[in-house]
Amino acid sequence: MPDALPPDAVRKVARLSRLALAEEQVARYGEQLSAVLGYVERLRELDLEGVEPMSNPLDETNRLDADTPGGTIPGATFMRMAPEALPPFLKVPKVLGDGGA
Amino acid sequence: MILAAARSDKERAAFVCSPADGPQLRFGDMHPPLPTVTELRDAISHKRMSAVEATREALDRATAINPRLNIFLELFPDRAIEQARAVDRAIAGGQPAGPLGGVPIALKDNMCLGSPALDYGKTTCGSKILAEYRSPYTCTAAARLMEAGAVIIGKCNMDEFAMGSSGEHSAFGPTRNPWDPERVPGGSSSGSAAAVAAGIVPASLGSDTGGSIRQPAGLCNIVGMKPTYGRVSRYGLVAFASSLDQIGPFTRTVADCAAMLNVLCGHDPHDSTSAQRPPEDFGAELERGVEGLTIGVPRQAKSEANHPSVAGAVERAVKVYEGLGARAVEVDLPHTPHGIAAYYIINPAEASSNLARFDGIRYGHRAKLAPREDLEDLYSKSRAEGFGREVQRRIMLGTHVLSSGYYDAYYTTALKVRRKIKGDYDAAFEQGCHALLMPSSPTPAFKIGEKMNDPLAMYLEDVYTVGVNLAGLPGIVIPGGFGTVDGRELPVGMQLVGPAFDESRLLRIARMLERETGFGARMAVG
Repeated sequence: MPDALPPDAVRKVARLSRLALAEEQVARYGEQLSAVLGYVERLRELDLEGVEPMSNPLDETNRLDADTPGGTIPGATFMRMAPEALPPFLKVPKVLGDGGA
Repeated sequence: MILAAARSDKERAAFVCSPADGPQLRFGDMHPPLPTVTELRDAISHKRMSAVEATREALDRATAINPRLNIFLELFPDRAIEQARAVDRAIAGGQPAGPLGGVPIALKDNMCLGSPALDYGKTTCGSKILAEYRSPYTCTAAARLMEAGAVIIGKCNMDEFAMGSSGEHSAFGPTRNPWDPERVPGGSSSGSAAAVAAGIVPASLGSDTGGSIRQPAGLCNIVGMKPTYGRVSRYGLVAFASSLDQIGPFTRTVADCAAMLNVLCGHDPHDSTSAQRPPEDFGAELERGVEGLTIGVPRQAKSEANHPSVAGAVERAVKVYEGLGARAVEVDLPHTPHGIAAYYIINPAEASSNLARFDGIRYGHRAKLAPREDLEDLYSKSRAEGFGREVQRRIMLGTHVLSSGYYDAYYTTALKVRRKIKGDYDAAFEQGCHALLMPSSPTPAFKIGEKMNDPLAMYLEDVYTVGVNLAGLPGIVIPGGFGTVDGRELPVGMQLVGPAFDESRLLRIARMLERETGFGARMAVG
């Protein structure tokens, strides 16, 4: 398994996680995440050759429902739930940064 | 009020034992037995007590105790009294009150309770990011309770997004253990466990992803059960790790646990992982005994890391079962030492995906942006401001183990270990074990603050519980005895694990230990 997380890797994973970390948090998270990633290294001791990965405890497969319309929550409710809305739209900041077209 | 209780002699004796051989109840003295779910329901349906009286008592206790223990994030006095009145009206009109008619119950605050009018209380998940969130719908588990006549009095504190084993990771402050307010009640269903242990309600709902019902039940001297994966609908439970999450009850007795399961279990078309099983009466065979059954004791449960009181509780339970005519055998769960490692890959992986929905746009906390900041900044700032440290750690861990180049090394490996762990349990049941006996956690309750800065130490709390979630099995914890830590007597929990969908027999096995030991009759109530 790969080595534990250096600061640049913490910054990268924070960016992928969409978490704006303050610089002073990077070292601390790095230590804590490294401790956990170090601990899980013990999985390498096991012989897992030929073992099928198990993502669901009951090995269930997806079930398809009939495609029939049902009741739903009114749009006005969602507008009231949103932190910023201009019904019938949700307000978002500009999607593309300054480098965008 | 004290109601006639159907309790065994040993359970009755527990109330009159001297403080020398029982816990020092500094939070409160020995208390006469508070009514159980079934006693309350019977008293209300036979008009010896009204649902409104029962609800007022629960609300009064909650209001009195909450400043000391921080159990409830919100109480719904008006709605609760309104629900109770409806039950009393039904009874007065000669209609059935329902299997939980008039019984006050509390919910963990990761269960949605609401309507499109957004006129119900909040569903915060113990998080700042959902501090003002009102759900537009109600989860199936709560809906089933209310249909059965239960009165929901409030929502309980919890580790943020159910991530934690102590209750300390709540954005709204830690819940305190009713047995010793300097200690944690366990987590993540911290408030739900404490609400029952403190005698506020006879039952509550928690959710269990890696032990979040069973570990706090053990640390608070009550009964807590995680049913088989798929038994209880997860619809309306804020998703954390979807292949592991399961809702279950906290109660003071095994019979009450069965009564709650009777209401909670059943197929729900809104949850595609909800199991299609015929209805069962989980309490029908509780008193049938355990003669001829085989109880497996995993070799790995006898770890040197166990507190002496935990080791002693396992030995005592084995003797109780042997005395009742069951056979105790040692079994091997060889992958137990790898359970935590697999769990803390799978759980953050699923959590990082599930929590991607919190974006500051559709609902929840939204950060204020500086000029020129864009959509990416909104996501990153809202999430950084809204999520606490443990949640951020898990999201980053999960993102890392799922990221390109690491996926197979971590995530696929953990999923293979998951199958090995399930194989260990399957082998023990195939050898003839009807249930496996092990502690719920290695030690009694630890002090608030003790493990907060060491996430790995906190994760190791879950060593006896995570395997059950990885394998999707039912597990129940009942009071297992008391141990002394720093001069204080604290409860320890005893866990029983059964094959998938074998809850009825598991409850019967648990009931026999409860009947013979009576530890659960001691309460930390003032």
